[in-house]
Amino acid sequence: MQNKTNSDVRWMGMPALAVGLIVIVAIALFGWQFLLAESELAVLGMVALAAMAGVTLGKTGLQASMSAAMRGHARSMNIAILLALVSVIFLLGQEHFPLLMLTTTLLYMTVAFGLNVQFGLTGMVNFAGASFFGVGAYTAAVLTNHGAVPPLLILVAGGVLSALIGCLLIVPVVRTAGHYSAVVTIAFSVMFKTFLEVNDVLGGPQGLMVGPMKTFGWDFNSSPVFLGLEMSFYVNYALLGAGLAALAFMFVQRLERSWIGLTLDSVRLDETASACFGLNVVRAKVLAFTFGNVLVGVAGALYGMMISFIAPNSFSFSDSLLMVAIVLLGGMGSLWGTALAAVIVVILPEKLQIIQEYRFLLFSVVVILVLLFRPEGLIPRKVRSYFPNWRPE
Amino acid sequence: MTDVLLEFKDLGKNFGGVRALDGFDMQVKRGEIIGLIGPNGSGKTTSFNLMTGIYAPSQGEVHFDGADITGMSARKVYEAGIARTFQRSRLCLPLSIYDNIMIGNHARLNTGLWFNLFQRRALREQIEEFYTQARDLVAGFSTDLADRMFEPVGSLPMIERRRIEICRALISEPKLLLLDEPSAGMTHDETAQMMDDILAVRERMGDLSIIIIEHEMGVIERLCDQCVVLSYGRKICEGSYAHIAADSEVQSAYLGMD
Repeated sequence: MQNKTNSDVRWMGMPALAVGLIVIVAIALFGWQFLLAESELAVLGMVALAAMAGVTLGKTGLQASMSAAMRGHARSMNIAILLALVSVIFLLGQEHFPLLMLTTTLLYMTVAFGLNVQFGLTGMVNFAGASFFGVGAYTAAVLTNHGAVPPLLILVAGGVLSALIGCLLIVPVVRTAGHYSAVVTIAFSVMFKTFLEVNDVLGGPQGLMVGPMKTFGWDFNSSPVFLGLEMSFYVNYALLGAGLAALAFMFVQRLERSWIGLTLDSVRLDETASACFGLNVVRAKVLAFTFGNVLVGVAGALYGMMISFIAPNSFSFSDSLLMVAIVLLGGMGSLWGTALAAVIVVILPEKLQIIQEYRFLLFSVVVILVLLFRPEGLIPRKVRSYFPNWRPE
Repeated sequence: MTDVLLEFKDLGKNFGGVRALDGFDMQVKRGEIIGLIGPNGSGKTTSFNLMTGIYAPSQGEVHFDGADITGMSARKVYEAGIARTFQRSRLCLPLSIYDNIMIGNHARLNTGLWFNLFQRRALREQIEEFYTQARDLVAGFSTDLADRMFEPVGSLPMIERRRIEICRALISEPKLLLLDEPSAGMTHDETAQMMDDILAVRERMGDLSIIIIEHEMGVIERLCDQCVVLSYGRKICEGSYAHIAADSEVQSAYLGMD
């Protein structure tokens, strides 16, 4: 299938890795400036620029170089991307709002990675993403207000609780083929918000305060000092969010590139045939749903600590729809696609306030366009390669 | 060890008021190729679905390899050693050839969460070991196909897909292989190739029993040791091809009464 080895793929005489690193630096610089851009004209200009760059990337063979770099130098590229992300966080240093946006994006990305395991790999739509995100956030609220649980453990607790509630919901319907998971999660999503609104212990419609993240004596709500500069406290959360997203990426990628990933694909594509070959369909579905929900819950717990105040309105059905839209837009089962789509879906409406009111309209249009013209998403998923660039001889 | 691998006793299945299969008795010996024929809707595929646990029978028993497998789940039946292909190809088209064959090898895959996420080196060894096996199996059908193990199945022509489907069934080394209309959707030449493939499989795995559902009588004549004819859910005739072809009841079932 691959006639060329990776070192053969050159772009303007440069080896793939060099091209890859240059592209990463360019994207990082662009992202930094984009997050800082104030006027709508500048934002629109940059969006147009990015769209053009995206198109040329495919046309000039740059994309081939990029994917060769991702295959042949997976580790170096991943480290470079993480370093670029951390650099952007420090470059933004004192800017509260852009950092908040960036962190929110990273947490939504983590959520979307989780939903991708459920939807993209296993074919179970979860229309209660925001609710399970909320389960994580409310867990964090309750545990930081009452009792002295170490905050890192609170993140874990958020994930576990979200997974447990997800299991209670999904186990009864998992034996049925078809779209029952969608129906059940829609119902849960609507009930969850109502439940919070009438529940005084959880603050009712007014919501709850959430205590800050603290680890090893470091309060995340105090401003860190870096090179003599006092930074926004959001830098703490952005760094932790970046770590969380990276970890989620790694786990989901490993899952996809394993026998489990194969099992989940098989269940999505043909349940009956899967059962005929001895696959335990129920186990696969429960595993995928639980795995995804852990990521959603952990991200939710950290989100709650970051914004320090949560209310039922933050976890509505429409937010769940946005999360599903991220997976559809990015490409089912495609992690890089999901990451890109999370950036677009979270940051664009914040940057273009005109969109804000019409954002659901706009996203529906975008999702329809993507389904029509690029049904496999912005960055389509590739045929499984169990290890980067692995082809046995 | 008896000579009989599979036995139906008075097997029957009702769908509401429709008797899809009624009092079906059949025996399959080890290493035998049986042709299961009959007009559309005569209960051929239904009997496959009863054997493989997709449907539970309404009456009767299925015995396989000395054990009663009546009403067992599809997974248990597969573990007991029955593998099948489907009338309408049921491969996972976006997945690679290798992935599709590995789905058939599922019983041997370690699907533990810890193993798959953290013991990547051991996983890699398993992946490479099975790759060699899968490649050898595919190479037995077509060396060209064996060089394309990581291409998506959706890009292959029908005959190659059918071969992959048979490989997927064979990788688990079953005792009984069920082929549901292997020549469906194929040209005349492809059908001839497919027959050669099946005979080659039998050559290599002498102990394997095969049941073939087929409408192409040339295929049945060339491949099968014994034939069983169904009509409206009942067995109307069995024996060698020459015997059933001469039977007047079979002729009228296929051609209608004159």
